[in-house]
Amino acid sequence: MSAEEVRRVATLCHVGVSDDEVEQLRGEMAKLVAEVSVLQAIDTSAIEPTGHAVEGVHTVMRDDEPIEPMGLEDVLSNAPLREGDYFRVRAVME
Amino acid sequence: MAEDAHYMSVRRMSDALRARELSAVELADVHLRRIDAVDGSLGAYLARTPELAREQAAAADAVLAKGDGGPLMGVPMQLKDNMATRGVATTCASRMLETYVPPYDAAVTGALGQAGAVLLGKGNMDEYAMGSSSETSAFKPVHNPWDLERVPGGSSGGPAAAVAAGLAPYALGSDTGGSIRQPAALCGVVGLKPTYGLVSRYGLIAFASSLDQIGPLTRTVEDAALVLNAIAGHDARDSTSIEAPVADYTRGLEDGVRGLRVGVVSELFGEGIDPEVARVTREAIVQLETLGAIVDWDVSLPTSRAALAVYYVLAPSECSANLARYDGVKYGYADQGERSLMAALEATRRDGFGAEVKRRILMGTYALSAGYYDAYYKKAQQVRTLIRREFDEAFERLDVLVTPTSPTVAFKLGEIVDPIVMHANDVCTVPANVAGLPGISVPCGFVEALPVGMQLIGPHLSEATLLRTAHAYEQATGWHDVHPAL
Repeated sequence: MSAEEVRRVATLCHVGVSDDEVEQLRGEMAKLVAEVSVLQAIDTSAIEPTGHAVEGVHTVMRDDEPIEPMGLEDVLSNAPLREGDYFRVRAVME
Repeated sequence: MAEDAHYMSVRRMSDALRARELSAVELADVHLRRIDAVDGSLGAYLARTPELAREQAAAADAVLAKGDGGPLMGVPMQLKDNMATRGVATTCASRMLETYVPPYDAAVTGALGQAGAVLLGKGNMDEYAMGSSSETSAFKPVHNPWDLERVPGGSSGGPAAAVAAGLAPYALGSDTGGSIRQPAALCGVVGLKPTYGLVSRYGLIAFASSLDQIGPLTRTVEDAALVLNAIAGHDARDSTSIEAPVADYTRGLEDGVRGLRVGVVSELFGEGIDPEVARVTREAIVQLETLGAIVDWDVSLPTSRAALAVYYVLAPSECSANLARYDGVKYGYADQGERSLMAALEATRRDGFGAEVKRRILMGTYALSAGYYDAYYKKAQQVRTLIRREFDEAFERLDVLVTPTSPTVAFKLGEIVDPIVMHANDVCTVPANVAGLPGISVPCGFVEALPVGMQLIGPHLSEATLLRTAHAYEQATGWHDVHPAL
């Protein structure tokens, strides 16, 4: 796995990585990909994928009735940066 | 009291409370003192909650004084630190959530609260439940009470070590690929992973949503049934919660195993399994046979060995999606150095997550990214179907399948550094997660003074059968009465 590939993936998932980490991850991810590549040898033509392994669960809809939401102070209680009743975010544009 | 109160079963504690042999506050204090005395060398607890425990115990004493309350009323316990507890820090053993104090209770926290449980504290674990040794905790590793130089297994290593060492009579763990059963085996306690969807995941900090399931760690099988009674059942707040009939899992516990059809999974007794662990597990199966079970000693589930690869695609993929929520905006660690949104996001996730978590996020992102989705995620879900079918076919003629729970006994801290080697610890436990099946680990002996667990797997919603089988074995052997010297 190339350093560019590792950086591409790190960018996709927004995880900062140093050059040293990229080097280490190249080897580790290549081994992890090799670990799961045994799946390629299994014939799965015409086999449906399983998402939920237990039968009998469908999209669960509830009646459209109002419920009491979590209070504003509770929602904001763990905010790293807060401004009034809002979560504060850093500048989107430089 | 002649017996050590901290090694009483939940049932025995409950009876003692009801008979006024001791109060719930006294029982909480017994445990709080023992945690103070012992946990420095174990590391089984992250936050301890002595004030809350005494408050809840006093409330339980008031209920007990009126002759009310069920079997968990006033009995102390530990919750793994990935279950939300309102007002009590819930860290997932991660820097990312080091200061997070949930504004709500998980479904299981609420259910146990209703039942009168007394929270002693939060259980240490692998960071975000990602690991098989409890060494990836960002705060401290957990040590095995049978040998402090060894790991307790993981990721529910804190709960397993706490229950084994008498620092809690029961704990709740979570099991995505074996995280209840494997540490239970390595610490010599009972660990039950229920059918996927039987226990609500609401308030369980998500790792891999199609696999995660909460269950009890206890010292006796009956206790596991008692705890499951309190936490099982449909919950509208978890869209994957199943509409299963509510059962009393203690009913039929004494019915024995005469005529029970047991299958020995041959693939999970061979390559990669320590011969001594395999031998001890086979002796346990002979014991089941002696008790009247009909054993098929050679059941082949050829695709079960591929479950590990399926798991190590599905779990990182789902983890990468679930952990996308940690953005340093709503809660959790936030980098304060960067001025722009995107730079702050990358720095937050770089510094907030540990190495194992980041590796899994990257691996999962890779597997889900354009051009690879069909080759990895979809392929793994298709093999998942094949594994399910193989189990379905086996359960047409068998009631219970047996394997060792873990391929080895507890290994030393720092002994396994290669992630691929660490993953191999999950080879016996992941098939049940992949197929959504219930599994239980019950202590079945020792290899060089370290505990070995036998795993029983059954069809969906066969918890009662698994508990009955494990109980019959436990009562015939008495491993649950052997405790570590601490």
